[in-house]
Amino acid sequence: MSLVNYLVLAGILFAIGSAAVLVRRNSIVAFMGVELMLNAANLTLVTFARMHGDLSGQVIAFFVMVVAAAEVVIGLAIIVSIFRTRGSASLDDASLLKS
Amino acid sequence: MSVDLAATLVVAIPLLSAGVLLLLGRRSDGFGHWLGVAASAASCVLSVLLLLSLLGSPAEDRSVGVHLFSWIPAGELSVDAGFLVDPLSVTFLILITFVGTLIHVYAVAYMEHDDDRRRFFAYLNLFVAAMLILVLADSYALLFVGWEGVGLASYLLIGFWNQRTDYAVAAKKAFVMNRVGDMGLLIGMGALFATVGSVEFDEVFAAVPGLSEGWLTAIGLALLLGACGKSAQFPLQAWLGDAMAGPTPVSALIHAATMVTAGVYLIVRSGPIFEAAPTAQLVVAVVGAVTLLFGAIVGCAKDDIKKALAASTMSQIGYMMLAAGLGPIGYAFAIFHLFTHGFFKAGMFLGAGSVMHGMNDEVNMRGFGGLSRYMRVTWITFGLGWLAILGIPPFSGFWSKDKIIEAAFVGEGWQPWVLGGAALIGAGITAFYMSRLFFMTFHGEPRFNDGKNDQPGPEQHPHESPALMTVPMIVLALGSAALGGVLMVGESFFHWLEPVTGHVEHHEPVVPVPVLIAATLVLVALGVFLAWRQYWAARVPVTAPAGSVLTRAARRDLYQDVVNEAVFARPGTHLVRTMTYADTAVVDGAVNGLGAGAVGWGERLRKVQNGFVRSYGALMAVGVVLVLVAVLATRI
Repeated sequence: MSLVNYLVLAGILFAIGSAAVLVRRNSIVAFMGVELMLNAANLTLVTFARMHGDLSGQVIAFFVMVVAAAEVVIGLAIIVSIFRTRGSASLDDASLLKS
Repeated sequence: MSVDLAATLVVAIPLLSAGVLLLLGRRSDGFGHWLGVAASAASCVLSVLLLLSLLGSPAEDRSVGVHLFSWIPAGELSVDAGFLVDPLSVTFLILITFVGTLIHVYAVAYMEHDDDRRRFFAYLNLFVAAMLILVLADSYALLFVGWEGVGLASYLLIGFWNQRTDYAVAAKKAFVMNRVGDMGLLIGMGALFATVGSVEFDEVFAAVPGLSEGWLTAIGLALLLGACGKSAQFPLQAWLGDAMAGPTPVSALIHAATMVTAGVYLIVRSGPIFEAAPTAQLVVAVVGAVTLLFGAIVGCAKDDIKKALAASTMSQIGYMMLAAGLGPIGYAFAIFHLFTHGFFKAGMFLGAGSVMHGMNDEVNMRGFGGLSRYMRVTWITFGLGWLAILGIPPFSGFWSKDKIIEAAFVGEGWQPWVLGGAALIGAGITAFYMSRLFFMTFHGEPRFNDGKNDQPGPEQHPHESPALMTVPMIVLALGSAALGGVLMVGESFFHWLEPVTGHVEHHEPVVPVPVLIAATLVLVALGVFLAWRQYWAARVPVTAPAGSVLTRAARRDLYQDVVNEAVFARPGTHLVRTMTYADTAVVDGAVNGLGAGAVGWGERLRKVQNGFVRSYGALMAVGVVLVLVAVLATRI
């Protein structure tokens, strides 16, 4: 099976993720979109590592996973905290920084 | 008393008095006028002391420099304030302080019913101090201080009754026209500093032989412009008629006897410059000749007694300018005429004030007539002034004016005929308009309502003025009658001025002197006869007849105001309007436009910051795509 299929899958995953971030109002779903994009990027890293026979891409994919795990912890904590104080997890309700 | 101290005090006392009166304000209302008189009188006494001290020293030592203080020590330009006490300045000191004191005394009574009499005296003292600085200065710079000081005092006094708009406008007009002349004086000083590196009289005159004639002519013309402004000479004469808005003592002191002669003083004092620049000198003489005819013609048509006298002043100063433009042979005559004119013209102005005092401030001569019956003293004193200005021997004016006519006929080519002819004809016209003024006021039938005749208007009860007013008039009338003859004994006045004006050999005029005297007297007699026929023997219409073209032109100052308005004032107004428009539209427009543009763009860009994370994200995505496209496009 051609490695290009992995790259196509990664592109589809990234498109779905970014569409979720740009379109959905629910912060949890948007967050999931972000995770999807990260994993799309991971998939390309791994695919290219395989293509070039170089392990460094796979190593970076591990780093991304670690950072993503930490980021999820902080991100979910922020979302929970916003939900507790404002009674809503909608992104559009948190538009307080506009001029 | 030393000369230094006397010369300092002579200026300091009136200056101090003016300061005290202005600072104390209403508190000094009770004694202010007498303080003013005392200050002026003290100056007069000190002037006489200075005169005596100069007379007591030999002729060659009669020039004393008084160093006051280092004034402008600025690198190359170093100007010291100092006084120069010499026969010329002392002659002016005597004239200013003596006539000034008499007019101060007169004003005590004349201004009695004015609430602001104290302020009036403060300004008069300020004027005296400034005028004394002007004539005592030993450099053009200090002279300029006095020059501006008298301009300020003149402005304040013309507009003394500034609650009347037309008076305030007259004051402004005088001030603005004087500024034009002052500019000339400033330019002259600048040129002197550029060429000589100094503005002190002795240094400048010592450097004159080394200067090119072009520079000297330019400097001379610049100084002449200054003199024209201050002395109401053509083409800057239009302010003097309106200056009569001031109280009559002001007209007598400032606009007849002293300030307006400052221009003649400047020309005579700058003699060495003009002698080295014949063109400038000729222009001075021509300006004088033009003005003496101009003033005389205007004087023939004015019905306002003060304006007629103002026109006469202009004309007489024209004579002085003419004499000053003749070079060394004329300087002494110019100063001599200035001196006698100061007496008889001040006397006549005070007489006019006395008439106004008796006639409820009426100034229209067509509403006078036959006043000699009611005001004996005014009539006689005015009559002596009239005889003096006519140049009837042996009164003052004869000696001084006749000398100028003689000197004007000296020379070669066309000059003596044109200049002398103007002076001669001017004497005839002077006789006409002064006689017209005299007869219309004091002789003929009364043309006011005296309660017995059927003239319209409010009933008038002409009466003689109080002694405080008549005594100064009598003193000045004595001066008008005798001063010229007394000073001419042994030509002592000319010998006295010789250290300044230089000794000049006698020159024969192109026409023999006896013929000139006879011609002058015939013209004067003719002028008086014509005036008698029209304004004494015949009935004078109470309302002015339409008159010929010339009369109508003369009534309007030969359209000088119209010309000034069309040539200078209106283009100036338009220029200012254009500049204002350019300032608001272009300069302000650019700056304001920049500000408004920034605000407008800010308003528009603000909309992007809507606080929605998704919109930020979308923008980022679009941006990334654009960057990618750009990078790929440049790769291919």
